[in-house]
Amino acid sequence: MEALGWSDIILRILQQFTPVWIALVVTFALSITFKRRLGLYGKLFDSPIGMIGFAMVMFWVFTGIFGGAFDMITTHDVLEQSASMKNKGPGWPYSKMTGTPDPNAYPYYLLGGDNLGRDVFSRMIVGAWEVIKIAPFASLFAFMVGITLGLPAGYYGGKLDTILSFMANLILAFPVILLFYLLVTPEIVLTGIPVYMAAVLFVFPIVFLILLWNSRFHTQPQRRNIYVGVTLVIGLWLYLGIAWDADPLGIVSFPPNLLVVFVAVVFVNTPTVFRIVRGLTMDIKTRDYVAAAQTRGERPWYIMLWEILPNARGPLLVDFCLRIGYTTILLGTLGFFGLGLSPESPDWGSTINEGRKLLTMYLHPALPPALALLSLVLGLNLLADGLREESLRD
Amino acid sequence: MAMFILRRVGIMILTALSLTFIVFFLTNLYPNLEKLAKTQGDFRMSDEEVASYLNRNGYLQPMAVKYGQWIGVLPGFVIDDRDGVTRGHCIAPGTAPEDAPRFCGILQGEWGHSTVFKEDVGKILNDKLALTGRLMLWVMLLMVPTALVLGVLAGMREGSRTDRTLSTVAITTTATPEYVSGVLFIAIFASTAVGLKWFKGTATGAMDQATFENFFLPVLTIALYGMGYIARMTRASMAEVMTAQYIRTARLKGVSFPNIVMKHALRNALIAPFTVIMLQFPWLLNGVVIVETLFNYKGFGWTLVQAAGNNDIELLLAVSVVSVVVVLVTQFISDIGYVYLNPRISVS
Repeated sequence: MEALGWSDIILRILQQFTPVWIALVVTFALSITFKRRLGLYGKLFDSPIGMIGFAMVMFWVFTGIFGGAFDMITTHDVLEQSASMKNKGPGWPYSKMTGTPDPNAYPYYLLGGDNLGRDVFSRMIVGAWEVIKIAPFASLFAFMVGITLGLPAGYYGGKLDTILSFMANLILAFPVILLFYLLVTPEIVLTGIPVYMAAVLFVFPIVFLILLWNSRFHTQPQRRNIYVGVTLVIGLWLYLGIAWDADPLGIVSFPPNLLVVFVAVVFVNTPTVFRIVRGLTMDIKTRDYVAAAQTRGERPWYIMLWEILPNARGPLLVDFCLRIGYTTILLGTLGFFGLGLSPESPDWGSTINEGRKLLTMYLHPALPPALALLSLVLGLNLLADGLREESLRD
Repeated sequence: MAMFILRRVGIMILTALSLTFIVFFLTNLYPNLEKLAKTQGDFRMSDEEVASYLNRNGYLQPMAVKYGQWIGVLPGFVIDDRDGVTRGHCIAPGTAPEDAPRFCGILQGEWGHSTVFKEDVGKILNDKLALTGRLMLWVMLLMVPTALVLGVLAGMREGSRTDRTLSTVAITTTATPEYVSGVLFIAIFASTAVGLKWFKGTATGAMDQATFENFFLPVLTIALYGMGYIARMTRASMAEVMTAQYIRTARLKGVSFPNIVMKHALRNALIAPFTVIMLQFPWLLNGVVIVETLFNYKGFGWTLVQAAGNNDIELLLAVSVVSVVVVLVTQFISDIGYVYLNPRISVS
């Protein structure tokens, strides 16, 4: 068989992405049809930049879900090596050095093979899943911790603020890579420090939700008890499973090396979120509606969570998008330095790191993950820009 | 003002102490020490041998004591070894124990000894910082003027086509981490297979003799990531200034547009970017680590990776002291500078 030409390769790649195209078209059709009823999300479709950004982000989200979780887009197994495919260029027909290749296997390596003869295209697709399953949740956790600490720091000020701000600045003064090297090594994992950090950090979402329900519904004890109870049961169950790997039912567990990466990324992001929330709170607490709530005799946590926080949602939402992008970059950095994830892992950072060693000879193993990462982060930045413009408009 | 500076210096010292203690604590955890012992001795050491190695070299003292010794407020570690020779942290090979100083820590100017490079940490720091300083100098020379020009041009007429184009460029550069742009640049400009072959893909040669050919790509890679951010800040600040009353007055009085931008708007618009540029230093440090690894330029960032990867405790501590001091000093300068540049803000 002959190697494919570039037009063939592009056509075949576009064809492999069929489920993603369908999902994208459906998402956009539905969103544009109902955009007037969808609030800020609907307004996003009024701004071309926001729409382009959203499309780029959703492209990778769908790619990650279909390719990584459902195994639909990938052409070959990401770990399978074929000695005769080492460093072969894009569109090279699939073959094996020993034994006959599986006749049902996809007949080409669409973007070539890397230095171990693995399929670059499939690895890029699964790499998207590695990002999609960590980055948004890590950002969400960082936000919950940052909000739970930033609101009281900004609202009360004083000693609490001084201490928390000092700690935040302390973490921010560390070069990120040094922090990663200190936290994400097998030796540190042995000492159990990441687990303790996870134990501390993962309490915050539960605390946040309980404060949220309690402050809102403390006048209706029955409803409050239901909400708080459900949060406690589910929260503690997940908490035991994820942080301590001690789920009594044995369903929830978290791979230990992923936990370290997750904790490190949350830890690095939290101080910045804290500073943003604190600043916004200090600004908003001088408004009249906060004074009105105080005069009504509302309790501090109600004012913080139900008066101040909703009014800070615009900047926070924008920062959330940017933060997912930044987390993606951080995950790539971890992969680039070979920290945390296993060396075989198909995540983009590790693949770029593998590919760069032979970069001056073979371009194809390093370029696809690099461009993929670039387009996802760019999409998130554009999305944030669109959101900023639209949220400023009202 | 004096009170303000004094307080800031106090906080800086406290921060530096806390940070170094954290690094000290993490690098001195037992599994890390075990790894150190095995890389220094040999990898097949038994647990007892590891323990005795660590004990002999003073690694098994309490954490606070070791930290005090490193700082130089507690007398250095001394032990009578099995063969009757007195060894100690402060006793250099070849000097009698009686002549050796009692204290040898940071306060005495002793940075310790690198276990990876087998050299004095102070000397390593000097060499590497000189190399990285040169890199940073060129990065700054490229990044700051370009970013300011881009930002001013974009913010001059908000919403215009120039603004849109330049803003998109700025967003793209902030969305490209160094390890992506570096790889792209090498692919485009330095690949031997395809591409333009304008520059070299490594900067190893630039350590002795930096030329445009071997030094431009690393400089560009670091500069680009920070550039977008500074440009966006400049743009925002410029756009805000351009809507101010005094600019409108000047326009209504008939001052020409270039004159307004150069004489009236620019000075006020550059206050915010100044802070941002100062606060970019810690971020540049990250870029330096990635780019030096990518282009094999053996400077400060490359040393950080080597020290951290091999748990070279004293070198790593020195590296973190330097980076923390850089971060804190730039924050300090940005605060002070902000007060000087903006007369509306006073510290008291």
